[in-house]
Amino acid sequence: MASLLPFFVLLPLAGYVVSLLVPARRETLISQIAVLTVGLHLLGAVLFMGVWLLDGHPTLDVKEIVLLQTSGYEFFVDFDFDTVTAVYLFVGAFLTFLITRYSRAYMHREAGYKRFFNTILFFYVGYTLTILSGNLETLFVGWEILGISSFLLIAFYRDRYLPVKNAVKVFSLYRIGDVGLILAMWMSHHLWHQNTTFLQLRNYELVHEHLQSHTLIGVFISVMILLSAAVKSAQLPFSSWLPRAMEGPTPSSAIFYGSLSVHLGVFLLLRTYPFWEQQVSVRVLIGTVGLCSALVATGIARVQSSVKSQIAYASIAQIGLMFIEIAAGWGHLALFHFAGNAFLRTYQLLVSPSVVSYQIREQFYHFSPHPQSIERFYPKKIAYTFYMLCLKEWNLDSFMYRFLWNPLKAVGRRLDFLTLNRVLLFFVPIYGLGLLLLVNEDALAPDLVHALPMVFSLMGLLMVLKAFTERKKARKSWVLILMNHFFVALAISFNEHFRFEQTLLYLSGIVVAGILGYVVLTRLKTLETSIDLGRFHGHAYKHRLLAFLFLLCCLGVSGFPITPTFVGEDLIFTHIHENQLALAFFTALSFIVDGLALIRIYARVFLGPHVRSVFDMAYRSS
Amino acid sequence: MQPFMETNHSGFDEHRVIHSLKHYLPAQAPLKDFVHHNTLHSFQDRPFFDAIRSASQVFGYKVALALDEYRAMYSSGQISPVVLKKVIVGHKGEARLESWLEKLLQKPYPATGTPRIGSLRSTWKKQYHIDLDSLVHPLLFRILCSYLDQGIAIWGFPVTNRTFLDALREMERHSFTSFFRTRRARRLLLDGTPSISELLALLVGDEALYETYLFDGQFAHQGWSGMVSAIEDGPQTLLDRRQLSLHDLITFELLLEIDALDAHFGTQWQPLSQKLAHKPTDLFANAPVTERDEVLMMWQEAFEWSYYDQVLAGIQQNKLARKQTLGKSFQALFCIDDREESMRRYLEQLDPRCETFGTPGFFGVEFFFQPETGKFYEKVCPAPVTPKYLIKEQGRTTKKQKDVHFNKHAHSFYSGWLISQTLGFWSALRLFLNIFRPTMSPSMASSFRHMDGAARLTIEHKHQHAPENDLQVGFTVPEMADRVEGVLKSIGLVKNFASLVYVVGHGSSTINNPHYAAYDCGACSGRSGSANARVLCYMANHPQVRVLLHERGIDIPDDTQFVGALHDTTRDEIAFFDDQALQVGNREFHQLNRQTFAEALDLNAKERSRRFESIDSSLTPEQIHDKVKIRSVSLFEPRPELNHATNALCIVGRRAMTKGLFLDRRALMNSYNYAIDPDGHYLLNILKAATPVCGGINLEYFFSRMDNQKLGAGTKLPHNVMGLIGVANGIDGDLRPGLPSQMIEVHDPLRLLMIVEHYPDVVLATIQKIPAVYEWYSNNWINLVAVHPETRALYVFKAGDFVDYYPLTDHLDAVADVEPLVESNGENFPVFILS
Repeated sequence: MASLLPFFVLLPLAGYVVSLLVPARRETLISQIAVLTVGLHLLGAVLFMGVWLLDGHPTLDVKEIVLLQTSGYEFFVDFDFDTVTAVYLFVGAFLTFLITRYSRAYMHREAGYKRFFNTILFFYVGYTLTILSGNLETLFVGWEILGISSFLLIAFYRDRYLPVKNAVKVFSLYRIGDVGLILAMWMSHHLWHQNTTFLQLRNYELVHEHLQSHTLIGVFISVMILLSAAVKSAQLPFSSWLPRAMEGPTPSSAIFYGSLSVHLGVFLLLRTYPFWEQQVSVRVLIGTVGLCSALVATGIARVQSSVKSQIAYASIAQIGLMFIEIAAGWGHLALFHFAGNAFLRTYQLLVSPSVVSYQIREQFYHFSPHPQSIERFYPKKIAYTFYMLCLKEWNLDSFMYRFLWNPLKAVGRRLDFLTLNRVLLFFVPIYGLGLLLLVNEDALAPDLVHALPMVFSLMGLLMVLKAFTERKKARKSWVLILMNHFFVALAISFNEHFRFEQTLLYLSGIVVAGILGYVVLTRLKTLETSIDLGRFHGHAYKHRLLAFLFLLCCLGVSGFPITPTFVGEDLIFTHIHENQLALAFFTALSFIVDGLALIRIYARVFLGPHVRSVFDMAYRSS
Repeated sequence: MQPFMETNHSGFDEHRVIHSLKHYLPAQAPLKDFVHHNTLHSFQDRPFFDAIRSASQVFGYKVALALDEYRAMYSSGQISPVVLKKVIVGHKGEARLESWLEKLLQKPYPATGTPRIGSLRSTWKKQYHIDLDSLVHPLLFRILCSYLDQGIAIWGFPVTNRTFLDALREMERHSFTSFFRTRRARRLLLDGTPSISELLALLVGDEALYETYLFDGQFAHQGWSGMVSAIEDGPQTLLDRRQLSLHDLITFELLLEIDALDAHFGTQWQPLSQKLAHKPTDLFANAPVTERDEVLMMWQEAFEWSYYDQVLAGIQQNKLARKQTLGKSFQALFCIDDREESMRRYLEQLDPRCETFGTPGFFGVEFFFQPETGKFYEKVCPAPVTPKYLIKEQGRTTKKQKDVHFNKHAHSFYSGWLISQTLGFWSALRLFLNIFRPTMSPSMASSFRHMDGAARLTIEHKHQHAPENDLQVGFTVPEMADRVEGVLKSIGLVKNFASLVYVVGHGSSTINNPHYAAYDCGACSGRSGSANARVLCYMANHPQVRVLLHERGIDIPDDTQFVGALHDTTRDEIAFFDDQALQVGNREFHQLNRQTFAEALDLNAKERSRRFESIDSSLTPEQIHDKVKIRSVSLFEPRPELNHATNALCIVGRRAMTKGLFLDRRALMNSYNYAIDPDGHYLLNILKAATPVCGGINLEYFFSRMDNQKLGAGTKLPHNVMGLIGVANGIDGDLRPGLPSQMIEVHDPLRLLMIVEHYPDVVLATIQKIPAVYEWYSNNWINLVAVHPETRALYVFKAGDFVDYYPLTDHLDAVADVEPLVESNGENFPVFILS
């Protein structure tokens, strides 16, 4: 029975690939493929679950494909199926089926009809992969797909300013969650000395035995998991992205941010529960995050005067309660709560346009000039203060800027002296020197060998910071990003004995995607003369193919699972020792900034209002 | 860089500038009062093409189709070559025809230049590297929306009984936190009211630039500014009133800008004028007419006249207007609305003895309507009219339904916890059912709920009725007689009454549609016309009224009865009111007529369905009608009906003039008989109402179609309802006035052609009586043609005078049966002769 599990991922994947091949004007065919794919999936899921229930709902696990095996490292795709998966699978299949059906007529005549269904199916691939995953690596693949499809759906109206801006904003937060997962994977590799599966986590003795001697490592992994979960489920302090993600067509907002995507943080916690179950401090922490989020988000929801943001914050509050439920050990209650909340918010978002006629009618018949809410019992000063804080969303939106992006940008700005020529003149010889040292590693003093990874990874970080803050030249930014990867590879190579094939694996995808991306940018530059990064250009308006190619290149360079770089990235981390927290931090930070810099180039060059069609574009503020 | 300094300007006058701003800002009222109006009303005092060119240069609006679109229509034959040549010759003379024809057809004209608006304010970004808009707008919009919110927030704005600035001051004073990030701006607000010029002195510095700066700022979010301006001018448009003015909005916005700059640079930064590279162009300065402008103008005219010409040819050619000698089966009054054109056509086709009329759907009775237990009044007459009468509903029998999903408890902490675990599963079922078996639900906007057909209405004024809020409850008998006389004479129904006269109002039932008011009757201020229809019937059936009417020459036979009805244009359903009060004989006729109406509604649904992708138009009318009904209750259907899309004509005259024409639901039709109104008295009344109403509808569709992004609301799919007053994209966006793309995508942007059946000199004298009406025609915002009532000779209104017009179309295709035509395709049809 377990052998059937991969089909639940392969079916949406097949549907996605087929839907890509259909010409954009064949509206009916596109939506039929989507509805059929998800419909079959729902049917399959229901049948499968029926049999599974009759079977006494055992926990299933299947180790599918080993992608890479080296000594002490095995990267494999693994599937897992238990009650948690079952509930998520059913709710996901049911809602996605309804939404695709809903969107068939709803999206009629919309520019981007095909793109919409492609993205929904792509999202669904990511969703099923995540919930069926049997180890962190597989989960991470699904997680990445979800991130990209979120970005694409928020920026669905790519020729307007706000959707693109918000898509980049949400993506940058997701990136933090991704790195949380990478670091969790890194540390758990050191904890288990192998790539462990969720099945093994259910083995209480095993977990207990490992954690006893490594309490701190256990806490670190749990906190990283919590970080990822909190980002994905818009808990404090990351909450403000959720309402801002509601830029796409209403059904996509409903399914992504009302129901499925936003509850994946809850899923991650449920999935890893056996791991941190024994760590009381972690449980308290999770409960506290949940409680604070629930309290703050409830307050914010109460003052919202737009329908969608009200629903978004109300949903965050419920998810906060789910965090508490999970921390308290009531996993089944949380599952039940998830299903109810997902259905409720989806429906509320879908009927949200009706609120005008309904509430106006209510008001017409039941108006009272001074509507009372519970807050009237507060002293005036307290009431005003809380109201204003809630209206300002407790400054959550500027929080990320103030404490994360702005400092990074400030550092990046100091690097303005790094012109492309200087970079090439200075860092290429340095890199050559580094390679030389690497070859003669054995002849170097051990202290130097220990220090070099730090030095090179710091250089890589500088590259990518500069790339992130570059205001003008897109291609310079691009080259800097590529160089960052080379420096990271060099740095890690010092850490262990040089293994050429692993570095090659890591860099292969980057080189190919990097060269192609450079060619695309050059081509665009010849056609359009200006592709500077100071503003949005919206070149996707005229150059769809180039935009698509460049997106693929960005994905390739960022270690998205379409090139071997993806496996390499995980591999790179396994070579960072558990006591090299600083190195892990630098490398993780450069991965975060790397993703941001890439998506920034893509967004600035290809998305936003088209520069040359001023008279066809919406206002910036709309 | 040389700082720009200039002091030769006259002083900055705050009131004048605010007045001028209010003139140019969008004038759309909150959603519940959505009434169509000319989007570019502020330019209406200028000739059409000058005005739109100017609007485009100043504000960056797109005011014509793309050249390629015109050229494509030319290739497909939709723009006629003959008409195009005539237009070119008209403007450029015979000699230059060839060269201009080549320009129109071949020469590329890339769109160039940038709009003038926003260029001054962009200095912040260019010279100071600060993005003021993204620092100020989100917070400004959120505070503004919360202050105005009509009932979305659970915890509403704490201070709403003061002006906007006073409310903010009160909250800033008594709070541990602040909306401002720095001290200076907060102090400016708290220490008395800073004047706008004081704030501008800090921000801009040079008085000569103040006006442009304010325009730039307000037009950076024209949706919100326009809404504030509209609410300031008509505070009654909010049920929960607010004291808000554009002045307050500007003041607060300038304070937020100072705050943002202080937060970024500290308090020491130089005003904008110090770093200005060059003087910005005066916003409204004249700009030369380019060749591109002329080319687009001629294309647009050719596009319009290619259609007009067919219609005018049709009016001359159709012969169906045979004299009716048979007795009348029934008469029916419909709204002037273009959606009733097909309905009337089908009634006449099914029952050749019936007679139909069109008149603005408030049926000449202007009043406020108060449904039972309603806390407010609803105005049910054209927007510019302020009625002095109130009609109250009594004895409502239907219960108001609730929908738990809009219950705000779902958003709170503990009840949300319970609700999401219980109601959540109910939602799943509801959603499933609505997608696979859509049915009526309480969340709909339903036309039939406007008034309960079984309830009583206080139509007749009695002495015991005390005035309520300065409104007289009901009409006196002479007042009733005046109104009935007015309507009947204006449509020319003064004799040969059938035994049943239906007065059919209209409304619309839609779901998930924040623009629902736009689908209802525009002549009833965006409400359904049921109460008006019933009121007129009551008046016309009143024995004492009939006596008075008799004295005034309108003799209504005793066995003639008026019956009110409501046509739901989305569902194609009809409800009759008070039909149990019919006399025995009339009751039988009524049963027969009901059948006719039912069949006509099926056919009407079928004709409409040709524009609906999801309905197969070759099905039987009954089958299609069922699907149309389902469509109106489907959550996922953004186009429950197409409303006024494709409207292009307004025809004032006898039905005989158009009865033999297939006009494809593109004509607003007002019945009028020149013979009983030789000096144009009633014509004036008709044009006084029809000109702004029909012109408003037409131009709102026109401009929303031309520039759906800036003048329309864009696609409705991502819309988010803000405070129940407007829609925006996402949560931080500006309000989007205008029509969403789903409403206008099939619309051909033609200016309205007003066709009046009367002697040209009478028409001319009539339109000149009221300058506001004359302006529409003299500046060509509406095109006007007079039809000679005896010879059907045509005269087109040009430069203040009527000149002869001879249609270029010599042949129109005839169709015997409309049904196959309807099944053929979903595009706009040319005019056909019905044979």
